[in-house]
Amino acid sequence: MTLPSFPPGDDPGPSFSTLLRRSGQEPLRVQTETAFTPTHGTTIVALRYADGVVMAGDRRATEGYAIAHRSIEKVFPADRHSGVSIAGAAGPAMEMVKLFQTELEHYEKVEGLALSLEGKANKLGQMIRDNLPMAMQGLAVVPIFAGFDLRRQKGRIFKYDLTGGRYEEDDFHANGSGGRDARTTIKLGWREGIDRAAAIELAIGGLYEAADEDSATGGPDVVRGIYPTVATVTTDGFDRVPEDEVAQRFTSLIEHKREEGHQP
Amino acid sequence: MTMPFYVAPEQVMKDRADYARKGIARGRALAALVYGDGILMAAENPSQTLHKISEIYDRIAFAGVGKYNEYDSLRIAGVRHADLKGFAYSREDVDARSLASAYAQILGQIFTHEMKPMEVEILVAEVGDKAGDEQLFHVLYDGSVVDETDLTVLGGEAEAILERLKAGYRPEMPLADALKAATGALTEQGKTLQAADLEVAVLSRSNGRRAFRRLEDDEMAALLR
Repeated sequence: MTLPSFPPGDDPGPSFSTLLRRSGQEPLRVQTETAFTPTHGTTIVALRYADGVVMAGDRRATEGYAIAHRSIEKVFPADRHSGVSIAGAAGPAMEMVKLFQTELEHYEKVEGLALSLEGKANKLGQMIRDNLPMAMQGLAVVPIFAGFDLRRQKGRIFKYDLTGGRYEEDDFHANGSGGRDARTTIKLGWREGIDRAAAIELAIGGLYEAADEDSATGGPDVVRGIYPTVATVTTDGFDRVPEDEVAQRFTSLIEHKREEGHQP
Repeated sequence: MTMPFYVAPEQVMKDRADYARKGIARGRALAALVYGDGILMAAENPSQTLHKISEIYDRIAFAGVGKYNEYDSLRIAGVRHADLKGFAYSREDVDARSLASAYAQILGQIFTHEMKPMEVEILVAEVGDKAGDEQLFHVLYDGSVVDETDLTVLGGEAEAILERLKAGYRPEMPLADALKAATGALTEQGKTLQAADLEVAVLSRSNGRRAFRRLEDDEMAALLR
């Protein structure tokens, strides 16, 4: 590979997608004539708490009525102070996350300064809009973007529609096939200024209820030891919650339900 | 029709090299050395924003001396090269050697074919997984590449600085000692360098995926004490 060089006045600037196009690669483009069933990722949640945001996602991917994968990851760091979680067609979604991560890091390195949280959210919106032709063919990607805004010193959550429309949520959001059930659970438990432990419990509770009602959402898999991905984003950055801690919180959630007389 | 005067190729190359060397010698020097946890790069640079040392990729850093606009365009080309390669293949496939060769190609091409050679000297540094795996590629204005093992100096007065740096260098030094050695080498006799006059960055193994980190003035002042 030789060094990419461009004449002044015709430079792609700090945008990685533009650079890709200029190097002859079209990001996020699949052309299909016939309808098919792609692999789908399902439920993701994000909620704001005292120190930032909690993001979580179940681990199941489906292909129609079949389970395609039992331990897929849906929550990713976007950069140091933000994360992105994905629902929808898994292939294009993974590609979009990879492109988005590279895009943010590329901008930061070329410009010597990271984008604002607002700028990152808008960039993701543009990428989803670019994906619209594929979304019309059944390959829709609907991520949640969340991060810690270093200028405003608070956690912020953004949801998107298929056309790249960007909407900021004040407190929480859940998306994907089990999103509605998860959202209701979180809505009932959310309070302003909850701490980390309560926020993680609430996110896990939301995913548990979603798995209970929705066949495409995976619950905690005690046999294989597969639990949802949970991460926090605070002033210290993106941090995966250790799997042991998630497992333990699920165990206590299930015990609590049993004590209350529910059949687990 | 006018005929150009014949100039021997030796003379052309010598003139170009002298021109490039003069341009580089006007700027301030930069020192890089391997220490216990990775690679430290230090330069005398009063500007807080026009950097001589920058991040290229996870384990790779770039440093340049000479004309700012020229080495900065090389830096951006390097970031693009690395990000495109990492995106197309895998993050592990991005390495300093191929980047240094790409730089050497372009500098060599410009030196022989363009009117004016680039007045820059650059360093491509890569930190490895364990001590002893560090790589320092020093690329000159004419495209020649020197592969250094533990320390190197770029820019004007390089010989005097290199001598001082060698005198203060020990393998596997802690960060504070490495910074002191680099600062001592960059300091001309009868002058002192403050933290605010320096630009220092490290490629540190203990820094996670992205090994590059700039040292802020307070941290530098504390380490130099």
